[in-house]
Amino acid sequence: MRWIKSKLLGVIAVLVLIYLFIPIAVVGTLSFNKPEGKYNTSWNQFSLDAWTNICGVPGVCDSFMISVRIGIISTIFATILGTMIAFALVRYRFRGRATTNLLIFLPMTTPEVVMGASLLALFLNLRFPLGETTIIIAHIMFTISFVVVTVKARLQGMDPRLEEAARDLYAGPRATFRYVTFPLVAPGIAGAALLGFSLSFDDFIISFFNAGTVVTFPIYIWGAAQRGIPVQVNALATLVFVVALLIVLTSQFVSYRKRKALEAGMHSDSAIVGADVKGLEAAMPRS
Amino acid sequence: MANEGTHNVEDLHLTNLTKKFGEVAAVDDLTLTIPAGSFFALLGASGCGKTTTLRMVAGLEEPTSGSIHIGQQDITNLRAFQRPVNTVFQSYALFPHLDIFENVAFGLRRRKVKNVDAAVNSMLELVELAPMARRKPTQLSGGQQQRVAVARALINEPDVLLLDEPLGALDLKLRRQMQIELKRIQTEVGTTFVHVTHDQEEAMTMADTVAVMNSGRIEQMGHPADIYELPKTAFVANFLGQANLFAGARTGTSSDSIDVVANGINFRVLSTRNSAPGDEVIVGIRPEKMTILDLHDKDTIPSGHNMLEGRVIDVSYAGVSTQYLVETQWGQKVTVFEQNVLVGDRSSVGDPVVLHWSPDHTFGLAGGETVLADTAQILAVGA
Repeated sequence: MRWIKSKLLGVIAVLVLIYLFIPIAVVGTLSFNKPEGKYNTSWNQFSLDAWTNICGVPGVCDSFMISVRIGIISTIFATILGTMIAFALVRYRFRGRATTNLLIFLPMTTPEVVMGASLLALFLNLRFPLGETTIIIAHIMFTISFVVVTVKARLQGMDPRLEEAARDLYAGPRATFRYVTFPLVAPGIAGAALLGFSLSFDDFIISFFNAGTVVTFPIYIWGAAQRGIPVQVNALATLVFVVALLIVLTSQFVSYRKRKALEAGMHSDSAIVGADVKGLEAAMPRS
Repeated sequence: MANEGTHNVEDLHLTNLTKKFGEVAAVDDLTLTIPAGSFFALLGASGCGKTTTLRMVAGLEEPTSGSIHIGQQDITNLRAFQRPVNTVFQSYALFPHLDIFENVAFGLRRRKVKNVDAAVNSMLELVELAPMARRKPTQLSGGQQQRVAVARALINEPDVLLLDEPLGALDLKLRRQMQIELKRIQTEVGTTFVHVTHDQEEAMTMADTVAVMNSGRIEQMGHPADIYELPKTAFVANFLGQANLFAGARTGTSSDSIDVVANGINFRVLSTRNSAPGDEVIVGIRPEKMTILDLHDKDTIPSGHNMLEGRVIDVSYAGVSTQYLVETQWGQKVTVFEQNVLVGDRSSVGDPVVLHWSPDHTFGLAGGETVLADTAQILAVGA
């Protein structure tokens, strides 16, 4: 009984993790399958066909590239605009600041179906031809909110004295931004851009309403699902997952190295000046 | 910027400097000259306006009125990055994304100085951090970060170096060490240092001149020992060290001294040590200047000394000295420090004692009971 109690938390944690990773594992495994019929749902035979001939099915790679392109373009616009909004909200006091702060959350809370449908109505009323442009406009719109929230958090966490120190050390407004503010906010902006890209890349609902005849990757999969999803889709999805995983692992590794270097630094320092670790802790930033 | 060697340090003048936040004057009509090359401390409780004064000199805060000059040059309307003034910030504000070398080189690079290496390295030598050049600030201890902050400011050879509570984040032992270190650096470079602090011990050990600030104004300014030995206001007497104060009234004046009666007891205050213009006088004495005696030995007190009877209500032994709390007949608690030089009996709780001290150590301050009450209140809020 006691044994169960002490291990319960660990067991539950492992179960939850398994639950989270089963779908990904299934996708990955089935990318090496040679399905018996047209539905790639049960294991039949190991095969590298989908991987060696990843664009083998008509349309799959085209749609993939369309999604990547839309993702990159809308991320660039959303990141620039969102970063500027974040700076305005954190740095300046202006009329309507509180309202803007509130409104910026709206796209995050509005149901996608509603947003997709109303955007479609808008484009039709304006007689704006549906296509990649309308998808990009829609994606920029809803990713901006996420960028603003992410960059704002980073900016608010920044010690205002760092910019004062830069001004004190002969940096004018431009130099202060270039050499102090931007490098310090950059990780937040990069994070926001990654988030924006992944939101845009896998968006289905809003894209579907505003796509016209353009077939993005999610729309392609949805369409293919009616007839049986080709194995190549599994391969591409696994590829995306692996790339994302590599990005995460790299950033983890870099911060691990930094931490290690920090600890090593602390030891040799204390040997030089006598251990004043307390002072160090007090002086360390909150992060 | 002047070249090395020919660097001409000039006085810093603040003239009628005022800073209002809304209706509240943080700095109130401050006029002050800080001599070139001095180590000047602005001492005061939090919210007394000392940091605001410093920020106005740095250019990080705009004065409501008044002007700031360095020598003949008016810097009141120069932006922070245009002033020949650098700051050591509270908690240092080192750039976390740059290594120590680049932090120190920052000011030189912004002014497009070529070949910064030699200057940065010799500055790192001065603060004894040369081996740390390629570390990031978070990899350094508090004391080391503090020295980087000093180096980063000093490398620009400012006319004035401003230090905003520079030792606040350090623990006591390290703080002592850094006080000596800062004083050494100041002596070595000869730049004017303006040091803002709430720590009276810090101000006294480092500064040539201390200005005690209260409610946006300077209460008293001078050499630390002079201010300590002869405070001119009740606030200074209490803020800079401890003092026993008795509010009384002048009853007589002789050639070199005045008589003040407080709570029925007559005290003699030398005219040269009295700053009260009128008849209301606060008599003050520092705790270590008093001698505590058993009431039986009252006859041994030299004539002309001021004296006071009471009863010991607390004794705390602190190694170097013993601190007594003595209650007078009217219920005031008087603090007395006795150096532990004599072996033998000490007074203990409940003992009737007599305290005596020379008029040479007695000082007279302007004001009565209300001044004492106000001072106590300001100090309580500040702490």
